[in-house]
Amino acid sequence: MMLKNIYSLFAAFILAVLLILPALVAQTFYLHILILVFLYALLGGAWNILGGYAGQVSLGHALYFGIGAYTSTMLMLEAGVNPWIGMLIGMFLSVSVSAILGYPCFRIKGHYFVIATIALGEIAFVIFTNWQWVGGAVGKHIPLLPPGLAVFQFAGKIAYYYIALSFLVVQLVFTYLMQKSYLGYYFQAIREDEDTARSLGINITKYKMAAMAFSAAFMAAGGTFYAQYLLYIDPESVLPNVLSTQVCLIPILGGLGTVFGPVIGAFVMFPLSEFIRASLGGSGNALDLIIYGLLIMIFAIAKPTGIMGFITEIVRARRSASADGAGQAAANVRRE
Amino acid sequence: MSFDIMLGQTIVTGLLWGAIYTLTALGLTVIYGIVNIVNFAHGDFLMISMFLAYVLSIAVGFSPLQSLPFVVAALFLLGIVTYRLLIKPVLNAPMLAQIFATFGLMVFLRGLAQFIFGIDFRTIPTALQATRLDIGGIFISTPQLIAAIGAVVMFAAVYFFITKTRTGWALLAVAENREAATLMGIDSNKMFALAWGIGAACVGVAGCLLANFYYVFPEVGAIFGFLTFIVVAFGGFGSITGAFAAGLIIGLIEALAGFLLDPSYKYSIVFTVYLLVVIFRPKGLLGSA
Repeated sequence: MMLKNIYSLFAAFILAVLLILPALVAQTFYLHILILVFLYALLGGAWNILGGYAGQVSLGHALYFGIGAYTSTMLMLEAGVNPWIGMLIGMFLSVSVSAILGYPCFRIKGHYFVIATIALGEIAFVIFTNWQWVGGAVGKHIPLLPPGLAVFQFAGKIAYYYIALSFLVVQLVFTYLMQKSYLGYYFQAIREDEDTARSLGINITKYKMAAMAFSAAFMAAGGTFYAQYLLYIDPESVLPNVLSTQVCLIPILGGLGTVFGPVIGAFVMFPLSEFIRASLGGSGNALDLIIYGLLIMIFAIAKPTGIMGFITEIVRARRSASADGAGQAAANVRRE
Repeated sequence: MSFDIMLGQTIVTGLLWGAIYTLTALGLTVIYGIVNIVNFAHGDFLMISMFLAYVLSIAVGFSPLQSLPFVVAALFLLGIVTYRLLIKPVLNAPMLAQIFATFGLMVFLRGLAQFIFGIDFRTIPTALQATRLDIGGIFISTPQLIAAIGAVVMFAAVYFFITKTRTGWALLAVAENREAATLMGIDSNKMFALAWGIGAACVGVAGCLLANFYYVFPEVGAIFGFLTFIVVAFGGFGSITGAFAAGLIIGLIEALAGFLLDPSYKYSIVFTVYLLVVIFRPKGLLGSA
């Protein structure tokens, strides 16, 4: 109970800081970084529902991000549909596609499934690159409109900041509630041992598809946000392989199957790569990739629970230390 | 050129490429079959071996074929080091940790190559490069033919080693049942390290044969690595004969899709074929159910 209170207090404090932050941060560059951190935390959290909770590793998740970005953009350009409506339609389409692909793919297990998801991501990339109606390899520009909440376009970065933050908060609340509900327990049961979960009467395919659907919906929402924020999309920016890689790195670093893991992962990973790029000048030197690669290997070997795992352990250790206080301290002294 | 000749050319080209795929797939399937871990950095091992051949050509003027023994030895070591440092600690970990371990290695190696060499495409010029045979109007490039022959030889050697020698039987015994093999006095750790060494050495051969006629660049592992997964999954993870057949089939499908439809769609056709195969035969085309 104590632990839970500490977490919620801490979360409330962080949220308060984030809410007043734009008033303190004058430089647009930092706001831009924070907006992207929120977006990546949202995407990492989306991946985490399927990969972290239900244990199904998808390395083609850019597909759902791309569907979100392309749906709202094309509906707006071709039919004048409001991007907010477009976002909901994109989420719906993304969930539908995830169901159509998930039903056969979830019959495949383990590595076969992972490779199938890479294949799906690549197929989508090729299709969109060759599909002239959606702009092919060139992509599509979203025309500038008089800014306002109704058209999902704003003059400064502050509005985008609050929208990204609220998307993230919605996703965190959803994940928290999901974790507490029977869904979360079923997902984790499937992750731990599929055969046992099945023998307990859990409909494996149904719940895997549910995890994939939630995951796809949040990815698509992120896709629309990205399109409206940068006002330009092409397959290289919304459907690339590297995006699929990044969205799974975030929860790996932060902590798989935890509510706040992806947030921590995004806050560590994104500024890290920006810092490396800024301090070494220019991109393409790939030092950030080297460091990510090392971090993933280290976490895979030493700490599969990610940074959240560290935090939980430290908090638990503190708590147990204070609980049996003097005795434990005496034991430690004797050991030394 | 008549349609027949063009079709014949396409089939020959597809089979030649397929031979290279079989070779990279052989390495991956040996590792999977014995250690039961998928090496997501496999394509990047290929990239490393191509860059080693490139460095040797710059430094001492070796052609990739002359570099082959050195590169194979280096890759054998790389495989063993990877096993010792990265794989052994996650041997009994959940599949997620195993996937992320080699996935991290992939990101690391690709970043390292890009950091050292930049993103440029390089070639290793050799006297063989532009030569080709003409068989009834169908052209066969000499380096590609050498690669195909090398692939078949390597395949036969590994197949012979695993099925006919005592060490090979020990490898199979460890793959079959680690505890029982250990009780029989087989050091399973040594066998797993050997499997990683052999798997990486196969890639070393493939890398040199490929560098003889193909570009060397940091992302080369992405293309070949992914096709290798497809080939291995298509043939059935761990099946050596499956990998051979699947490599040739995938090479053919890729070439025919490029010829009959459009080159830009060829990989998506290959991926679609993979999806259909694993959906209807979840253990791969030739894998045992």
